[in-house]
Amino acid sequence: MKPFTYERAKSPAEAAAAATRQPTAKFIAGGTNLLDLMKLQIETPTHLIDVNGLGFDKIETTPEGGLRIGALVRNTALAADARVRRDYAVLTRAIVAGASGQLRNKATTAGNLLQRTRCPYFYDTAQPCNKRQPGSGCGAIGGYSRQLAVIGVSDACIATYPGDMAVAMRVLDATVETVKADGTKRSIPIADFHRLPGTTPHVETVLAPGELITAVVLPKPLGGKHYYRKVRDRASYAFALVSVAAVIQPDGTGHVAVGGIAHKPWRVEAAEKELPKGAKAVAAKLLAGAKPTEDNAFKLKLVERTLGAVLAAAKKA
Amino acid sequence: MEDPSSANPLGEPADESGLSRRKFLVLGTATAAAVASSFAARRLPAETPVAPLAAPTTETPWMAKLSLRVNGATHALELDTRTTLLDALREHLRLTGSKKGCDHGQCGACTVMVNGERINSCLTLALMHQGDEITTIEGLGTPQKMHPMQAAFVKCDGFQCGYCTPGQICSAVATLREIKAGIPSHVTEDLSAPAKLTTLELRERMSGNICRCGAYSNIVEAITEAAGAKDQA
Repeated sequence: MKPFTYERAKSPAEAAAAATRQPTAKFIAGGTNLLDLMKLQIETPTHLIDVNGLGFDKIETTPEGGLRIGALVRNTALAADARVRRDYAVLTRAIVAGASGQLRNKATTAGNLLQRTRCPYFYDTAQPCNKRQPGSGCGAIGGYSRQLAVIGVSDACIATYPGDMAVAMRVLDATVETVKADGTKRSIPIADFHRLPGTTPHVETVLAPGELITAVVLPKPLGGKHYYRKVRDRASYAFALVSVAAVIQPDGTGHVAVGGIAHKPWRVEAAEKELPKGAKAVAAKLLAGAKPTEDNAFKLKLVERTLGAVLAAAKKA
Repeated sequence: MEDPSSANPLGEPADESGLSRRKFLVLGTATAAAVASSFAARRLPAETPVAPLAAPTTETPWMAKLSLRVNGATHALELDTRTTLLDALREHLRLTGSKKGCDHGQCGACTVMVNGERINSCLTLALMHQGDEITTIEGLGTPQKMHPMQAAFVKCDGFQCGYCTPGQICSAVATLREIKAGIPSHVTEDLSAPAKLTTLELRERMSGNICRCGAYSNIVEAITEAAGAKDQA
């Protein structure tokens, strides 16, 4: 790790102001991804702003009948919350499908949204990577790309967003609440929160410098049956090759988002209209325009089959 | 140079420089740069470290004062801000039960409990744990008075080389608490029912602790045995 100074922020505005003042500062909450990357000198902040004391650690019901999840709510607490288990089971299922018990006890809601790709070329500092070092090139294109993205890719980057939680939040139409240094607040639909790589893969979200996530808001429950089906190389504690988050209604309609295939949780609302026709029809629209590599073309079929398994389970239930 | 007596808590013979062999080996590791150059370190104010006006321009470490409460005892420390909880425990408090396996949160050998919850001590800063109750394997039990989970690991032969064992045991103790608290896992079928203590649940919940000797079946047996024992901590 590079040397850094450290402070405990006392208010959200103070934290945002401190981060804006020092462009090389980073917020730290759980730290499970940031410290890993700092040890590898992929992240090299010169100042850490510890936001754990800001009190965003509650899950509250909203006047609209939804839930406001504080940015600092730990993954374990969110997955275990009785309201989440009852009304947003896809979110509980997604969270417990990721990481390990130890990591979920530490990782926060906001930090999980901001976790960075596990592309091996991003992690290997001896390799070129446009995300880690803009302009250096992409080692993954033409390299080992079995785990990487098949859709929404660019000539600069084929990395995936690695998380599970955000895929469920995408299916639930969550919004991300933030505060900036000048105190202004905004709500960002999760659909717009993560960016596609384009020519600037190092810019992963629409957050402005210093902008701090304060909460994630879920709209009122959708009802229906909730599924999170994750396909990976091990039965536990591995990132998704493909994951499907779905909320399926008794009439066969529903919402579907896919993880492990793009630079953001992948959802195409128009494809959901095909749900009553089955997985093949949905996958055809969901994956239209896909540009897989030779190594990861299997993911296209895997998405269709994983979705097929989910729809079969929904029919049986 | 550091006080030779503090650098030599294991009673090993020190050479003329005041370094024991063990300390010398420690100096050869990645964390050593910080230890070796600590005499030139910059210091952050004790309780409310303040950001400097300019970003640090050199590799000189920033030091901060903190206190850690570990296994019921409070320790005052002055550490490089980069020090992980694991390194603070092992290198500064000489609690070497918690192990450094991968140092990236992948193997679980560093698992300790903070306020009763298991975490990877390698992926958190010591500075972030002021006021927390930290429990390491040394705080669970002693060879004379073992925690029921430690006794069960011995009885069921839940290890071979033993390197992952302190992490496995801390993780296992917290796992039973998590099941008792009704926290669901990836293999919990019914999210509206209390979590069950099954082999499948234990295997899933312990997946963050790797055992390269492959003692997994005996580890599951040990946890099952301990779950039936009374006097759970």
